[in-house]
Amino acid sequence: MFLIPDPVVRFFHRMASPPHFYAFTERLMPWLVVIFLLLTAAGLYGGLYLAPADYQQGDSYRIIYIHVPSAWMSLFIYMVMAVAGAIGLVWRIKLAEIVAISSAPVGASFTFIALVTGSLWGKPMWGTWWVWDARLTSELILLFLYLGVIGLYGAIDDKRTASRAVAILALVGVVNIPIIHYSVEWWNTLHQGPTVTKMDKPSIHVSMLIPLLLMAVAFKFYYLIAMLQRARTELLLRERNAQWVKNMISESK
Amino acid sequence: MSLSRAFFAVIRRDLVLALRRRSEIANPLLFFILVITLFPLGIGAQPHLLQAIAPGIIWVSALLAAMLSLDSLFRSDFDDGSLEQILLSPHPTSVLVLGKIIAHWLVTGLPLLIVAPLLAVFLGMPNHALGILLLTLLLGTPVLSLIGAIGVALTVGLRRGGMILSLLVLPLYVPVLIFAGNAVQMAGSGLPVDAQINILIAILLMALVLAPLPVAAALKMSIN
Repeated sequence: MFLIPDPVVRFFHRMASPPHFYAFTERLMPWLVVIFLLLTAAGLYGGLYLAPADYQQGDSYRIIYIHVPSAWMSLFIYMVMAVAGAIGLVWRIKLAEIVAISSAPVGASFTFIALVTGSLWGKPMWGTWWVWDARLTSELILLFLYLGVIGLYGAIDDKRTASRAVAILALVGVVNIPIIHYSVEWWNTLHQGPTVTKMDKPSIHVSMLIPLLLMAVAFKFYYLIAMLQRARTELLLRERNAQWVKNMISESK
Repeated sequence: MSLSRAFFAVIRRDLVLALRRRSEIANPLLFFILVITLFPLGIGAQPHLLQAIAPGIIWVSALLAAMLSLDSLFRSDFDDGSLEQILLSPHPTSVLVLGKIIAHWLVTGLPLLIVAPLLAVFLGMPNHALGILLLTLLLGTPVLSLIGAIGVALTVGLRRGGMILSLLVLPLYVPVLIFAGNAVQMAGSGLPVDAQINILIAILLMALVLAPLPVAAALKMSIN
């Protein structure tokens, strides 16, 4: 702990307390929404209006402004879920468990969006809705992993036990993440290689790259909003017998 | 009792129990044979078609048979309380659980290897691919038992865990299916399959070392 400055440690300790977390996220939420809307507006304006059409694909390439950020988010959220699950498993922090399970449906939706947008783009470009290519298959398996997590959580009645089960499952599923990430480099398949995160220089023009990065950050904020909303309701549900929830409800009446 | 003695005692106990209840050995095997005979009846018995899809059919059927036999891994021990005794013992749970998984594989996985050549002949698979088919089954079915044990350990406390178990386990089985099926297919066409076999060995070794740990953690969670 000596590497982490004291105020940061204090912040995390206070965030682990449910009433404090609930009050803090309530104040945070409007800011997150404003930032998300601004970034999305800027990203979409840049991507759909300012960026030039592709010389080969015409305008249909513009689906990457949804497809690529969604695909990034599908991996990112899974990692968040696994790390939060591990924290909950080791230190038994209630809020880490809640963050882990609240991430799952959001991650599943992003995975689904990535698959659907990719398929819509694939029809005119590759001439088929679906190919059994390495990256598509592993992304589909990622969707199944998310659904397994959600299903297992729903199947166990005691929610604290369910959180631990889900954390173990999420950690086991982490082996799939590097496979998805590197699949286009390991196997020479139909899905194109990465164009943004290359070591030397991105092979995408800067006028197309900036809106893409804006959209990626906007999606991160959307994830924060959606996950925190789910976490707050889940928290209320679990803590419904706690004094602070009763106080809050009686005050609002 | 030393750790190795406890480990072998667990294997011996499970093997004796399985031999007393022989249906546990016979049922997955019959299921495996029946599923494979359904395919020629369902898609028509053209030899070329069957030959082309034989590796896939055999492997998918092995996957399903392995998955359906999983429930017996911890079920009876969970019901009669001996699972709690295993968790309470001074030895590391993961090692004892590995013993249970090995015994389970000897009872449900190994018989698949014995009937597989017969079924391969049923489907008209070329003879030179038989060896590779057996090798992939030998390397792949223990992985199915090891990965499946994680899913069973997570769901053993549930009353209706069967459906959710398949949802948890089947996505994790996909890599084994891909590499094993591909190896048999390639061997059928007379191509080298060293790469696929090496990857299967790597998966098996990783699963042997890593899988017992989440199984032990999940059993502790399921018990309390």
